[in-house]
Order: sequence, then structure tokens, then C-alpha cells
Amino acid sequence: MAIVKDMAAAPPIALPTASPFAALWPFAALLGLAVLLPLTGNEYWALIATRACIYWVLVSGLNLIVGYAGQLAIGYVALLTIGAYTTAVLAAGNLFEPLHPFLALTIAALTGAVFGVVVGLPALRLRTFYFAMTTLGFATIVTQVALAWQDVTGGGIGIVGPTMPAPLDTAWGFYYACLAVAAVCTWITGNIARSRFGRALVTVRDAEVAAEASGIAKPRLLIWVFILAGALAAFAGGLFATLQTYITPDAFTFDLSLLFFIAVLIGGRGSILGPLLGTLLLTLLPEVAAPLAAWSTFLYAALLLVIVLAIPGGIAALIDPRNRRALPDNRAVIPRPELLPALLGQQPPHAGLALRNIVLAFGGVRAIDGLDLDLRPGEVHGLIGPNGSGKTTTLNVISGYYRPETGEMTCDAAPLPAGDAVGRAARGIARTFQTPRVVGEASVLENVMVGAMIEGRAGFLEALLSLPRQRREERETTARAHQALAAVGLGALADVRADRLQHSELRFMEIARALMLRPAFLMLDEPAAGLSTDEIKRLDQLIRAVGRQGTGVLLVEHHADLIFEICDRITVLNLGKVLAAGTPDEIRTHKEVVSAYLGG
Amino acid sequence: MLASILASGLAVGAIYALIGITYNTMFATSRVMSFTAGQLGMLGGVFGSLFMLRLGLPLLPALVLTLAACALLGVITEYVAVRPVLKSLDQHLYVLSTLALALMVQQTAAILWSTEPQPFPRLVGLGEGVWDEKYWLPVAACAATILSLEFLYRRTLVGRAFLAVAEDNFAARALGLPERNLRIASYALAGAIGALAGFAGGQLLLAFFANGALLNFYGFVPVALGGLGNNRGAVIGGILLGLFQQAANFMVGGIFSSVAVFALFIIVLLAAPQGMFGAPAARRV
Repeated sequence: MAIVKDMAAAPPIALPTASPFAALWPFAALLGLAVLLPLTGNEYWALIATRACIYWVLVSGLNLIVGYAGQLAIGYVALLTIGAYTTAVLAAGNLFEPLHPFLALTIAALTGAVFGVVVGLPALRLRTFYFAMTTLGFATIVTQVALAWQDVTGGGIGIVGPTMPAPLDTAWGFYYACLAVAAVCTWITGNIARSRFGRALVTVRDAEVAAEASGIAKPRLLIWVFILAGALAAFAGGLFATLQTYITPDAFTFDLSLLFFIAVLIGGRGSILGPLLGTLLLTLLPEVAAPLAAWSTFLYAALLLVIVLAIPGGIAALIDPRNRRALPDNRAVIPRPELLPALLGQQPPHAGLALRNIVLAFGGVRAIDGLDLDLRPGEVHGLIGPNGSGKTTTLNVISGYYRPETGEMTCDAAPLPAGDAVGRAARGIARTFQTPRVVGEASVLENVMVGAMIEGRAGFLEALLSLPRQRREERETTARAHQALAAVGLGALADVRADRLQHSELRFMEIARALMLRPAFLMLDEPAAGLSTDEIKRLDQLIRAVGRQGTGVLLVEHHADLIFEICDRITVLNLGKVLAAGTPDEIRTHKEVVSAYLGG
Repeated sequence: MLASILASGLAVGAIYALIGITYNTMFATSRVMSFTAGQLGMLGGVFGSLFMLRLGLPLLPALVLTLAACALLGVITEYVAVRPVLKSLDQHLYVLSTLALALMVQQTAAILWSTEPQPFPRLVGLGEGVWDEKYWLPVAACAATILSLEFLYRRTLVGRAFLAVAEDNFAARALGLPERNLRIASYALAGAIGALAGFAGGQLLLAFFANGALLNFYGFVPVALGGLGNNRGAVIGGILLGLFQQAANFMVGGIFSSVAVFALFIIVLLAAPQGMFGAPAARRV
């Protein structure tokens, strides 16, 4: 115990925090080199560099879909094709009067946004492989339509690309324009990646269930990203058509799709710099490996296989400094319950959560069989029972993952709709999971900030442009997440990647994430599992302190000591039915409970 | 016209169904949808043409060699692209690894074989018009495959072991079934089925490297519509798809028929994500 006290008294272990500028210098260096490129005076280099910029405009958007949201959109060349043809056709006047190339580009971007959503729709409902397949199918069809619609697209003969007005009509002038667009794309996609939307995307990718519990609606989130990525890809297509000066369906081979996709994967998931370097690498590769041109698809595919099997983290994992800093071995989680009042405030009085006559069967098994439960504000309510008695199932019914067959639920006297897991956060219901659901590649701080997702008021466009309200909210959320981490005792680990934490630390991290919601109800699913005796004691104080702020805590637990120590009220389940309910003293002496469960 | 729509529709439908069964056979023991399914069909045609026309082998040895070569590719798929990523099935890395392998196969075929469609020989020389062998051979191959698979799964010990692994991998392993060997065997079997699809449909599709991508998509549609792992659904879905596609082909022309198939596919899937005969998704929490 003495050791623990010493550690509690010691100042938090100081880990160096990354300065925001440290993350920016690679971008600045790349931009600097790119701006100086015309000094070489070699126009062939202008062509290659312009191509790299255009590819990056597309890949930067695709990166949000593949790298952040984890959706395997393979056939993205289709959007490039749509953008290229829309711009070329409108500028050439095949459909109506010829338009100014800038206007044509704008319309192309809007068209791309629409098709981005059309291509993306299957991802909202279908499984990964299905989505990969539909994007591939879409890519084939777009090329076929371009071939067949001869009056407009010129069919196999092709169409002239739009010509940009001066000063963009020279090789270097166009290069600077594309470089500027690429820089803007880096900035806006970076803004999204660092905003609550970026954090929500990776949470949907790696911990979808936790995302739902935090109130993240996947369809709405993904549609924004599909719009953005579609618009960027089509815009890139318009620039591509100008660069090529003449486009035919042959220009948009599947190789290109593969290049875009692999650029993101080489770069690594959840990174902006990685895919940027990946794009540069893959654009330059054919230049140095020209003799192998016939085998380019083969090489790309082989590269993809090697990445998947050998370095799934990509370049980003190799250059991520958060991987390298050593963590102290003998660290302990020391929660500071005294910080909770500042973090949570006092919950206004409310009517509590009530379950009446809930029945849920899986096949022939009645997992919950006529359950009544009341969770009152400010009370810590224990839910115990043998394995398979329906404890976690009850939690899942309350959180909306399961839909009971009969029964009613009310929350603060209003009916609580069955299902609708995403709507629970807005009602102040937060939870943790038996197996922690976290984003291993994100930092502890980012994981915790996800809990405040629904509080954000700044919309996607504000985040895109990093407008003042977005920046202010971001500062507030960051500060509060630090507060929550300090309260659960993980303050020193805020910048560490979550997958480097120990299991017990992840449990406390999930609690911090749940507390970000300032929950009216907090449901903890076996929070003490895998914790040491000391850690359980500290958890115990933390939970009681949460209850004092007026939050109703529902605790599913196997550690009888913990339950009897801190609960105001206990419900004992057996085979989906309530075996007993009452105060700890009543339960301790309840005959059936003692014989069935506690033993003795 | 109706007769020829029916004949060609049933024929391509049977090919799609066989590719669907190829997907399912691999899926059953590994929970992996592999992009190599369509490539196996493509290779069935390419190897058939290679052995019979270029090397002059008679039908039976050529068929056996084709099936064996594709079965070998199935095993390679299991070793290279499936086994290493099985541990992290939830990250869907298999989509990428099998796609990579499929593209490598396709590109190799394009360079070493030909980028142009090559002729495929007549196999038995029976029938003409709508009863031409190019129409009934795929249907016969499909029927034979279904019957053999039924026999394998219902009547033999190995087949039951397959079913056990497909039903519950962990329980099967706990019973002492050689899960890994069964998985390798199922990939070899899938390779042979895919090869049969390409071989039987060779006169219809020719020996063409780009058939791989085509069959990948059109073979996947019946699987998605019929429900993952459901062979009956794959056959019904495949035949329906073949008929629909050929009907659209005759009525609106080739290019728009693929647009029609794609649109139908998306609409049906959005309406019934589990397919027509699929089971609902497993519990997640």
C-alpha cells in the first residue's frame, strides 16, 4: 500500500507532448520543394508534378473514405472519369453552349458530389466485400457508358480536354494552380481528420458499437464524406482532362483505381501525411521503372499484397512518433474523484429510467423473461446473477442494441424507444463494454473526445474550413477530455496510442469516454473484470463519486464485494427473471440468492 | 428469339451460378469472400484452350489438367492470401489480399497468354441451334456439380466435416476435425469448380483474360442475392441473373444491359441486405 501512496503523491508522469508544429513541418517542407520545382526548368518534371498534385486531390478525399472510415472503395477511378468527361463535355459544348472552364470544373465537382453519394450508398447498408464489389462494378459501367454515349463523349475516339485561360495555360502556370488546389485539399481534409468528424470516422471504422453508443449516426456522417470525396475526385478529373489535353475511355484504366487505393494503404490508415507520401511515391514509380510498364498492374497488386501482409500500418505507422516513446512499466491508474464535480456538474433532478415486463428471446431461449428494473438518479444500482442470467442483455436492451419483444421502457417519464442505439447518447445514457471498444490507432485523448460527439454544434462545413466556432468547440472538448482523463487517473497517458495501454487502463479510458457525455445514466458492464484489488478499490470510489453528481449508475459485476460495498440497490437475475431486488442488506440475507448465487 | 434468350440465359446463368458456388465453397470454411473466384473461371477457359488447341491434348486429359491446375491455384490462394489474414477477419484485410492475388493472376494471364480473346474448341460436337453444346454444356456442368456437392455433403464423412467447419469453426476444431486441412481442401475444390465453370462455358466466353473481372462481378451477384454461403440461393440467383441479363441484352443492347444488372443488384441489395435466402447478421455486442 505504501508504494501506491507514494505514487499517488508523486506528480503525474510527464510524457512529452507533441507540438502541433512538429506535425506540420513535413507538409511545409514538401510544399517548399514543390514551389521551388520550376527552378529546374524541366517541363517534363512539371508534367509529373502536376499529375502528382491532381492524384493527391483525389486521394486526399478517398483517404477519408478508405483510411479514416475504413470503407474499401476500390473503383474510385469512376469519379475521376465522371469529372473529366463532365468538364470536357461542358467546356467543349457538346451538350449546350460551351461553358467557361472554371464553371465547367465547378459543375463537374457538383456532379461528382452526387455520384459520390450514389456510389457510397451501398456502404451504408452492406458489408465490406459488397461495397468493394459495387465500386468495382460502378467503375466498369462508367467506362462502358463513356464508350457508348458517342454523341456526347466521342466514344472510343475521345474528346478534347478543356483549355484553361491564361496564366494557367502554360505548363508551370497550370502546375502552380494544381499545387494550390492540392494544398487546399490537404488543409481541408486535415481539418476534417482532426475534427470530431474525423474522430467519429475512425470510431465507426474500428469500434462501430462504441460509435453508436456515443450517438454517432454512421449514415449521416458517411454521406458528408462521400459528398466531399466525390466532389474532390471529380474536380481532379477536370484537371486531369486539362493535363491530358485529350481523353478517351482508355485513359481511365483500372490501374489508376488501384494506384489511388494503394496510395492510401501504403500511406497508412488514419493519416494525412502517409497517403500524401504514398501518392508521390506511386506517381514517381512508373518514371523510374519504365521498362516494367507492361507489368505495372502486377507490380501494384504485388505491392498491395506485401503491404497487407507485412506492414498493415503503412508509412504512417513507421513515422508515427507516438509508437516509440517508452511508457513507464510500473504505472498505476490513480483516479481523482474530486475532479468529477467540475467535469460533470450536478445532474438536474429527473424521473429515472424504468423497465417494465421486458421479454427478449434468442430463438427458443428467453434471455430476459419479464424483467422490471428502476434506475434512480444518483443511485448506484447493481445487477448481478450467474452467467447467462441476462445481465449484459439487459444493458443491451437499454442501450438499444436489442429490441425486446414486449415490455416498456421509460426514460425521465418519456417513453424510451426500443432499438435506436444511436439515440441513447442524446437522452444522457452512456455505457462501457465488457470488452473495451476503442480505436487502437487513435490517441487516448482522441478516444475520450469521441464521447462528446453529440455536443458539437459546428457542422461539417465549419470543420472543413476550421471556422472560429469549430476551433472554439475543439479547444473546449480537448480541455474537458483532459479533465476526464485526469479524473479517471489517465492524465499522463493522453497522447499515447490506445493500443499500447493495458487492459485495465482501457477500462478506465472507456469510463472517461462515457463521462464526456455528462451522463444522466451510466451503465458499466463488468468494469472490474481484470483489475487488481487496488484498482478495484479506486474504481469503487470513482463510481460512488459519479453517483453523487446525480448520475444513475447501473453496474453489472461479478465481484460481489464491490457490489455490496458501493450499491444503493441490487437486482439479482436468474434465467432472465428477477430473483430478488432490494438494498444490499436485504440481498445479503435473501435465502434463494445465497443458495443460488452467493453460496454459503 | 425467346428460345435463344432462354438458351443463352440459362447457359450464362449456369456459369454465374458455378462461380457463385466457387465463392461459397471458399466462404464456407474460411468466412472469406475471395476475388480469385472469377479468375478461376477465366483460367478454366484459358487452360482449356491452351491444353486442347495449343498442346493438342484430347478432352479428358485436358479437363483433368485444367481442374488440377485451378485446384492448385485455389490452394495457393489459401496459403498466400487467406491464411495470413484469417486472424484479423474483422479488419477485412482478405478483401485486399485476395484482390491483389486476383489481379496478379489476371495480369499474368494477359501478358503470357494474350490480351485478345482466343478460340475455345468444341468439346463433344452434339446439338445445334439453341441446343448447341455451348448452351447446354454449362447447364449440365452446373447440374453435375450440384449433384456431386450434395452427394459429398450428405453422404461422405469428409463432406460432413466440411459442413461442420462451415457451421461452427471452433466447435469443429474442438471435436478434433483437421480444420486447416479441410480449409485447404475446400479451396482446392473451389478451384476445380471455378475451372469447370470456365471450361464448360469456354465456347460461350472464349479464352479471354478479362473474363476474370467480369465473372468476379457476375458470379458475386447471385451469391449476394441468394445469401452468403447458400448454394441453392446462388443457383437460383445465377439462373435468374443470366435470364435477366440476356433478356436485357436482346432488348436494350449490351452496354445498357450491364447498367440494368448493376442497378437491379444495388436496388435488391439495399432492400434486402442479407439476400433473398440469407440469415440475419450475427449479434454484435
